[in-house]
This record gives sequence, structure tokens and C-alpha cells, in this order.
Amino acid sequence: MTDLSALNVPGPTIIPLTAPFWEAAARGQLLIQRCGSCDKAVFYPREICPHCWSDQLDWDEATGSGRLKSFSTIWKPGHPGWLPAAPYVVGLVELDEGPTMLSHILTGGSEPAVGDLMHLKPTDIGGRVLPVFEIVQQGDTS
Amino acid sequence: MTRSKAALVGVASLKPRRKTDGESTLGMLAHVSAKAIADAGLEKDAIDGLLVGPQVGETPQHVPATVSEYLGLMPTMSNVVDLGGASGPGMIWRAAAAIEAGMCETVLCVLGNHRNHEAPRSPNRNPIREFDVPFGASGANTAYALLMQAHMAEHGTTPEDFALIAHWARANAQLNPNAVFHGQPASVEEVLASPRIAAPLHLFEIVMPVAGAEAVVVTSAKRAKENGSRAVYLLGAGEKITHRAVSQAPNLTSGPLKPSMARAFAQSGTRVQDMSLLSLYDCYTIMVATTLEDSGICPPGGFGTFMREHRFGPGDDWPLNTHGGQLGYGQPDLAGGMTHVVEAVHQLRGSAAGRQITAPELALVTGNGATMSEAVALVLGADQ
Repeated sequence: MTDLSALNVPGPTIIPLTAPFWEAAARGQLLIQRCGSCDKAVFYPREICPHCWSDQLDWDEATGSGRLKSFSTIWKPGHPGWLPAAPYVVGLVELDEGPTMLSHILTGGSEPAVGDLMHLKPTDIGGRVLPVFEIVQQGDTS
Repeated sequence: MTRSKAALVGVASLKPRRKTDGESTLGMLAHVSAKAIADAGLEKDAIDGLLVGPQVGETPQHVPATVSEYLGLMPTMSNVVDLGGASGPGMIWRAAAAIEAGMCETVLCVLGNHRNHEAPRSPNRNPIREFDVPFGASGANTAYALLMQAHMAEHGTTPEDFALIAHWARANAQLNPNAVFHGQPASVEEVLASPRIAAPLHLFEIVMPVAGAEAVVVTSAKRAKENGSRAVYLLGAGEKITHRAVSQAPNLTSGPLKPSMARAFAQSGTRVQDMSLLSLYDCYTIMVATTLEDSGICPPGGFGTFMREHRFGPGDDWPLNTHGGQLGYGQPDLAGGMTHVVEAVHQLRGSAAGRQITAPELALVTGNGATMSEAVALVLGADQ
């Protein structure tokens, strides 16, 4: 398997609002926002809650557990920097807290399936530790 | 059925090409605009409205003024329509609304792009760039592969089901000499044997990027009648925008075209079963599958059965994307969505040479942008 840390790929385009998310990611944590008004979880980070438009958003550490909503094995990457890693898998992970995030998926050599249980697996991609996910239990357990 | 106040009186296309070395987008927009106004039987001075796309080739800002100046137009209404692949259909009902509001009477809706070299990488600095791209998800192929995998998981649909859509697009492209895949039909087996790009999508299930341009002239029904134009009428429309990044989609197996089509049918007093032509946005096979199901022509998960039980050529029971669709014709960037409008106009007024459907009355046209995010549906009617 390709050493993802050696890839020359685009990293996140961080702004002051999102810096705490990426700083936590570098420490192996997954931060999401929680609305102090409607209590809903919010991802990606925003200035106001998209559900109720309150600006009372606070950082909350996510459990890192979720469910695979969909996935794709990428044979021809959209960015040439990813070519050495192909084929690799990206997927949509529905976090236990509610929101869905797109992430890189570590399959451990098994074929992913929609419904697989996922867990956070902080991983160095191109010299940055990012919130990547791995399959922890196969099959639709929902 | 409601009688529309807006008439589509002129259409034109530039033949899609893989390369246009030395040409400018402005020049291509000019050529296709001149063809469209000639097709309408009008003079250029009749145009007092102009709708264009964003970031036209060499022009990232002030697009309406730049295109107006180049064409020698001084419109009383002009704007950019930025709905991705739904921009073309979105222009048609904005033109109708502007005419009805008294902003102008005759609107040139034009989209196009040159293709001189590889496109520069996206200058995006927005959430999709920050939160999707770093994980290895660049471009639309990944997003639609995720939508397709979700459809297969939810409904048990198969690669063969999806390949049938690409097969029919290629089959219809054999009747259109302008299509990039004219002379290159593809069987279901050949679609499935084409290279894997982003599983479960194969190469032949993905549009070929091309240079091209498409234009439509919309005027008031009154003006169309006075001029004795060959007119097609806008009978109903609907629109919905739900998200940008696929991770934020409220639903992976049904999209914003569902309420858009429902609104277009309600406005026009029609049903999908009444349509003579389905002119459905087809950036990928999955988009046609979801649109068929969202239209109500078949149940959720039922598109594969529908594709096997019917035939989709101009002489068949369900004419679908008779110009080849974008899967057969090629995708001239944002103008790709307008090809579905142009083809519907040709079919409804009887000018679809070599692929004319019989007794055309009504057409459903759909546009789709980003990651099944931006949707516009139109119901067009023949002059009765």
C-alpha cells in the first residue's frame, strides 16, 4: 500500500474560523460544532448554525464513530497528486452526532459496503494528519 | 393547459469539438448567437435581453457587459445565470419572467466555451475545497460515483441497468452527425468493459468534455405571433437548489429535480406520461436513473426495469435524449445543459432532421448542476 504521507496533494485551505478543527485533527481529534440554541451538531464549521441561524456555535469533540453512507474506489483521481495512491477509497461517513462528512477510507484490504461501521483513524496524508476513517465492522447494522 | 406568454423562437448549436486552438469563447458565443437570431427570423436589434453564464472563457467578471459589447447589443435586462448544468433551462424561465415583468421583450440566452488547453486548477477556496479535496475527492466523478453506489446499495440496481442508459445515448448519437460519438455506438458489454474511473462509474458512463456553444432566443408569445415565428412555448417550470458538496446532500437517491418537475407538471397541467420527448440532463448515467425515478415514470429503484421494458430512439415508445444526450453528443461545459433545450425545440417544431419524433406535443427538459444540487425542469409545448 502506498505511503499516504509521501503524497504531494492539496491540503485544507484553512481560515481562522476552521483553524481549531484542523489543529485538533493534527492531534488526532475530530471536532464538530454544536449549536447552543437548537442543540444540533454542525459540520463543516460555520459562522452561524444552518438549522436555526443562531451564532452560538461551540466546539465539541465527536466520538469518531459513524456509518458508511456511500463510497467509491478511485481509479483515476481528479488531482494528479493522488495518482500514486490509486486505487484508493473515499466515502461519506454519517457521524453518530448526525452530520455527514466526506473522508478518505482505510479498508484494511476488505471490500467496503454501505452500512459498515466506521471509526476515526487519524492518518498522515501528504505530511498532515487528517481525520480519516477505517472500517471497524462490516455489514449494514443500522 | 395554461397558455404561456413566452415563446422559444430561435435555436442554434456549434458542433462540439475536442480542441479549438486559437479560438476565443467570445467568438464562439458570437457565431452561435448569429445563427440563433437567423433561425428566429429576427434581426439582432430585436434583442433587448441577454442571459449569459459565469466565467465565460477568458472573462471572469462583467460577463454581460463584455458579451453585449462584443455583440453590439445594449440590452435593457442582462444577467449571469450560475446554476451549473441547470443554467440553460434556468435561463429560459428567467427570460420568460423578465419578459412578463416588462424588463425586455426578446432575450438571447447563450452559453459556450472554447477548449484550447487543459483547464487550470480550480481557484476555489470554499468549503468543498477545504473539506473534500484534501481526502482525495477532486471533481464531479467522485460525487456521482458516491450517488451511484448509494443507489445500488439502497435498491439493488446493477451495473447493467446503468450501462443501458449509456448504450441508448450512444445509439441515439448515431442519428446526429454533430455528436462526438457519431460513428461510435456502444453495447452494454462495451460500456461495462470501458475503463473504471471512479467505481462504480465506467468511462462510457461519463460525459466527454468538449468545446461548443448553444443559444436560444426567447420572446413574448405576442411578438412570436406578430412575426409568424416557428414557436415552441414554455408551459411550466420548477427549480430547487439544495446543497453544493455531495457530503451535504439531503438525499443521495432522490434529488431537487423531484420537486422541480412536480412544479413544472403542475404549472402546465401535464403529467410525465403525457410527454412526447424526455430531454433529461445526463452528465452521468446515474443522473438519468434518478431523474426517471423522481419524475414518477417508474418507481424508486425501478429505472432498470423501465429501461429494459421500453425503447428510447426517436421512433420508439419513449424518445429519450434524441440528440444523443450529453453522453453521446459531448458536454460543452455549461452549454451542455442547453443542448437538452435546443433538442426539445427542434423536436417540438419538427426540425429534428434525420431523427424527428412523430406527433410531438410536449417535452420534459431537465437541467442539473454541481452534485445533484441545482435543478431546473421545464415543460415545453408545440405550437397547436
